[in-house]
Amino acid sequence: MSVSEQELRQVAELVRLAFSEDELRVLVGEFNRILQFVAKLNAVDTTGVPPTVQGVKVKNRFRPDQVRPSLPRTEALKNAVAVKDGSFVVPQIME
Amino acid sequence: MNFEAVIGLEVHAELSTKTKIFCACSTKFGAEANTQTCPVCLGLPGTLPVLNEKVVEYCLRAGLALNCQITDWSKLDRKNYFYPDLPKAYQISQSDLPLCRDGSLSLASGKPIRITRIHIEEDAGKLIHSTEGEGYSLVDYNRAGVPLIEIVTAPDLATPEEAVEFLEKLRRILIYLGISDCKMEEGSLRCDANISLKPAGTKQLGTKTELKNINSFKALGRALAYEIERQSELLAEEKTVKQETRKWEEAKQRTLSMRSKEEAQDYRYFPDPDLVPIELDPDYVAEIAAALPELPEEKKHRFIEDYHLPEYDAELITGSKYLADFFEAVLKHYCNPKAASNFIMGELLRLMGEEGLDPEDLKVNPAHLGDLLQRIDEGEISITQGKKIFERVFRTGASPEEIIQAEGLRQISDQTQLLIVVNKVIQDYPQSVRDYLGGKEKAAGFLIGQIMRETKGQANPQVIKGLLIEELEKMRQE
Ligand SMILES: [Zn+2]
Repeated sequence: MSVSEQELRQVAELVRLAFSEDELRVLVGEFNRILQFVAKLNAVDTTGVPPTVQGVKVKNRFRPDQVRPSLPRTEALKNAVAVKDGSFVVPQIME
Repeated sequence: MNFEAVIGLEVHAELSTKTKIFCACSTKFGAEANTQTCPVCLGLPGTLPVLNEKVVEYCLRAGLALNCQITDWSKLDRKNYFYPDLPKAYQISQSDLPLCRDGSLSLASGKPIRITRIHIEEDAGKLIHSTEGEGYSLVDYNRAGVPLIEIVTAPDLATPEEAVEFLEKLRRILIYLGISDCKMEEGSLRCDANISLKPAGTKQLGTKTELKNINSFKALGRALAYEIERQSELLAEEKTVKQETRKWEEAKQRTLSMRSKEEAQDYRYFPDPDLVPIELDPDYVAEIAAALPELPEEKKHRFIEDYHLPEYDAELITGSKYLADFFEAVLKHYCNPKAASNFIMGELLRLMGEEGLDPEDLKVNPAHLGDLLQRIDEGEISITQGKKIFERVFRTGASPEEIIQAEGLRQISDQTQLLIVVNKVIQDYPQSVRDYLGGKEKAAGFLIGQIMRETKGQANPQVIKGLLIEELEKMRQE
C-alpha cells in the first residue's frame, strides 16, 4: 500500500494544510515509509480474531445526566481572537 | 411520461436531556450566547468527553418504539469537517454501528416505511450571520454538544403527503416517548429529504437531490412538490437531474442549488479514541422496552375502548400527548367522557386556534374544566354561559367559581324566584298572552325571551318554559 502525490494533496486540502511542491515530494516519501512500516502487521494471521476499534478493554463509561456549572462567559471567550455581543467572531460564512 | 417519486427522510431530533451529550453543561433553550459552554464542548485541547447515560437510554426508547434491532456492541466515531460552528473540527457521531437499525413505522394506510438506522450524535453551535455584509459571523456554542438522534428512513415514501404524514407520526411518537419536545420552529426537530423520480412502474432509480432548510411540515410538503415538478420538467425535456443539495427558500417557495455533490465531502470517519465502546446488556434493553410509555396508537384504542369515544374524537385528542393528558385529567373531576371530548374539540381547540396556542402551553387547569362541565350538567349554568365562562377560564386561568362570582353569572333555577318574573311578564304583555291562549303557540317563545331579558339571561330556560306554560294553562282553565 502506498500513496501518490495527488492523494496526499487531497488529504492536505481536506485538513486545511498548505504544502509547497517540494514539501509534498518529501512528505510522500515519509508517508510511504510509515505505511511500509505498518504493513508489517499484515504478516500476522488474524483468522478468527474479531475486529476491534479500541486499544483498551474498558467499555460503558457513562455520566449521570446532572447539570454542573458552565464556564463564565468571559472565561469561555478568553481565547477568542475577536469577540462581539458575547460571541466568537469568525470570518463571514457565506450561506 | 409519468413519473413516480422516491423519497427518503433524514430526521434530527434534539433530545430533552438536562445536560449535553459529553459534558455537564445545561441544554436549556434560549440562554444568552455562550453561557452554557465548558472546555469539553468548546473543544479545548486536553479535554475528554464522557457519554451521558440518558442519551443512550433515549435513543433506545426511540429504537424500540420504532421496531428497531438494537446493536449490542456499538461505538462513537469522528466525522471530520471544518466549519466554525464545530469547535473540534469533527462531530462525534456514529458511522457503521448505530445504536438502532432496521425498524419501521406504518402510515395510516398500513404501508410500512422502513427505518434504516437511528444513531446518536452531538449538535453543532449556532452561527449568526451579520446582515450588513461586515465580513464576519458570530458563533454561539450553547448548542454545541446538545444530544441529537438522527433517524434515517429507506426511500419508501412515494408522495409529499406520505412524507408529511410520516414526519407527523414520528414527531408524535418522539413526544409521547418523552425524549424530545420536537419543536420545528425552535429547531429541536429538523428534517432533510432526498428525492428522485423514476418512470412509473419501473424499478430504475433516478438521480436524487437532497433538500435542506425545511422548517415546518408545510415546507416539507411544498419543497417535495416543487422538486417533483422541477425534476419532471427536466426529465420530460430529456435533461439530466444533477445530484446536489438544494435549499428550500420559504419566501420564494422554491428550491435552490447549494453545492453540487461533485465536491463531495470526505468525512474520514474513524472511531473516536477518546470514547469507549457501548456494550448493551440485554436485560438493560429489556428494562427500557418494558418501561416504554403508551404510544399514540395504543392510547387511541384505549380511549375508544375505555371511554367509548368515537374514532374521530380519539384520533384528534391523542394527536397531541398534552391534549390527551389534559382530557384524562379532566375525567378525574368529571365523569362523562363524550361531553368532555365535545367541549375540548369544540371550545378548547377553537380558542387555541384563535390564540395560536399549542397544547403544551395551555393555562387551563383540567380540574376547572371538569368543574365547569359538572355545573352545566347540573343546570347551574346554561351551556351558552358555560362557553362564555370557559373563555375567561381559558384566557385568565381563573376558576369557574371565581368567574361566576365576579360576573354574577349563576343560572337561576329557583322556582319561587323565577315564578315572580314569569308572572310579571304575563302582566306586562297581555296581548301575547291572549295570542297564546288563542292558539298561537309561538307567542310563548316571545314571552320566554322577555323572561330571559328580565333575568339578564341567568334563568334556566327549561325551568322558565315549564313555569310559563303551567301559568298560561292555569289561565286558560279559569
Ligand atoms: Zn460543556
